[in-house]
Amino acid sequence: MLNFISRRLASSLLVLLLVSLLTFGIIGLVPGDPTAILLDASASPEQAARLRAQLGLDKALPLQMAEWYGRILRGDLGQSILLNRSVTSALLERLPVTLSLAGIALVVGMLLGIAAGIIAAMNHNRWPDQIVMGTSLLGMSVPDFWLGLMLVFVFALQFGVLPTGGFVPLQDDAVGWLRTIALPATTLALVHVGFVARMTRAAMLDVLNQDFIRTADAKGLSRGRIVLRHGLPNALIPILTVLGILAGGLLGGTVIIEQVFAIPGVGRLIIGAILSRDFPVIQGGLLFLAVIYLGVNLLVDILYAVADPRQRLQ
Amino acid sequence: MSANATARAPGAGPTRGPAGAALRRLMANRSFMIGGCLVLAIVLAAIFAEWLTPFDPLRSNVRARLQEPSSRHWFGTDHFGRDIFSRVVFGARISLTIGLLVVIATGAFGTLIGALAGYFYRVDNLLMRLMDALMAFPAILLAITVSAVLGASVPNVVIALSVATTPHTARIVRGSVLMVRGLEYVEAARALGAGEMRILFRHVLANAMGPLIVRLTYVFAIAILAEAALSFVGVGPPPPAPSFGSIIAQGRDFMVDAPWICLFPGLAIIVAVLGLNLLGDGLRDVLDPRMKT
Repeated sequence: MLNFISRRLASSLLVLLLVSLLTFGIIGLVPGDPTAILLDASASPEQAARLRAQLGLDKALPLQMAEWYGRILRGDLGQSILLNRSVTSALLERLPVTLSLAGIALVVGMLLGIAAGIIAAMNHNRWPDQIVMGTSLLGMSVPDFWLGLMLVFVFALQFGVLPTGGFVPLQDDAVGWLRTIALPATTLALVHVGFVARMTRAAMLDVLNQDFIRTADAKGLSRGRIVLRHGLPNALIPILTVLGILAGGLLGGTVIIEQVFAIPGVGRLIIGAILSRDFPVIQGGLLFLAVIYLGVNLLVDILYAVADPRQRLQ
Repeated sequence: MSANATARAPGAGPTRGPAGAALRRLMANRSFMIGGCLVLAIVLAAIFAEWLTPFDPLRSNVRARLQEPSSRHWFGTDHFGRDIFSRVVFGARISLTIGLLVVIATGAFGTLIGALAGYFYRVDNLLMRLMDALMAFPAILLAITVSAVLGASVPNVVIALSVATTPHTARIVRGSVLMVRGLEYVEAARALGAGEMRILFRHVLANAMGPLIVRLTYVFAIAILAEAALSFVGVGPPPPAPSFGSIIAQGRDFMVDAPWICLFPGLAIIVAVLGLNLLGDGLRDVLDPRMKT
């Protein structure tokens, strides 16, 4: 087990190294001088030089890279050009907002998806299965931001029962928090529930076709007991991997959904930085999200190996 | 399936061989046929946009601002008095073109990287860890960043989306190459003196195409969704040419008075993406039996 964890950890660290190289390299993608798009035409050469120094572009590339690694290893992602504060503090301040949104969407999406997937698998190729499969595919084909806009139109503009956007922190006002988070979390959950349902159905069908299920059937157990006591625990192991994939989907999804509902989370911070070319925030934000993603997937893989010892050999 | 086809012995008839058999099974697959019809409808609309649309998608008409759907303007008009139906039909042209270009680029780079990684052990670890690194970023955020940094234009949007869709595709190609490379006929080709490159591209890849074709169908769907998201954020293909996403983005400010501006391009995206997803599911059932549930 320790052997598996250390191998998996080494592989993650290599990926993390490449991730940091890619984020460092983003600024190099800019055609021409990156400071030119940040400053207007009237800026003096001194201003340009100062900005270049602030971005570290006045130094040689290896030196830039050494400084960048020196900083990020200490958890310092640099200073935002436009927000006039450190990138790390800006990200950490907004993280709870994004986590609460993604967390609720994750819980709702997993519960609904697993339930729908079990119903579909129990009724394989009959109408409940077809309804679940059809709706899942439809849900996976809807653009998330468009669904958000449509929900805003119906629940905020037509019926006026929920706000069109904005965010109230949980500690300030629990009811207000729930009202502001309801539509964005629903949108995110709806877009991802189909994927969970399809994966659960596939995992359940795999398990339900195995010999021990037939044995349980033969000794006269009820259908519900077979599925919930013997089938589900075994199907949950492959469903665990869904968590890892979903983490990536939800982090990307919140970026767009925060934009639709004007929620001050990590995604909105990064999109704002991208549109205004605030490079330290773009680089820091991308690195931050990638680290979260890699961490979640490392955890999922370790949990998987704990639950299913065969995985440790791979 | 028609009685005609079932009466025929397997492998016989005008469409012989494995390709013919796959084609017959596709024709009998409900997902494939429904998806195919949806996609065909959108593709035909995009090709024959000039003949289908009663108005110029770019021409504004101040007297016809924000009109609701009617017999004259089927999908209503926007704040410039432009006909939404015409814009959606022409939008299909841009969205599908971008999707197709992303499929071509992803297919080329995904195949190249996946094939090299799967066939040559020495580059495998590095290439795949690089793909893992790209996949560690949320795909949509990666595409937005690349498009914004390069500058929003159609080619840059294609590059941005391809960067986001290639890693997973490469991983799939690598997987099927790994499976095929150990088969006996590959050894036979080597025994006959075929070069490594010839074996890889002529013999191994030809038999690893199934999962790639399935994946590229989904990539097409992903590209249409992602292009719309890029436009919504403001880093998509530049105006005035409409894409599905840019029509929605422009209609957002008029949600109260004119919800139809956003409604119809969204429905068009759903039809196109649902069609491609159904097509992909059908192709997977036939071409990639391992994945079948």
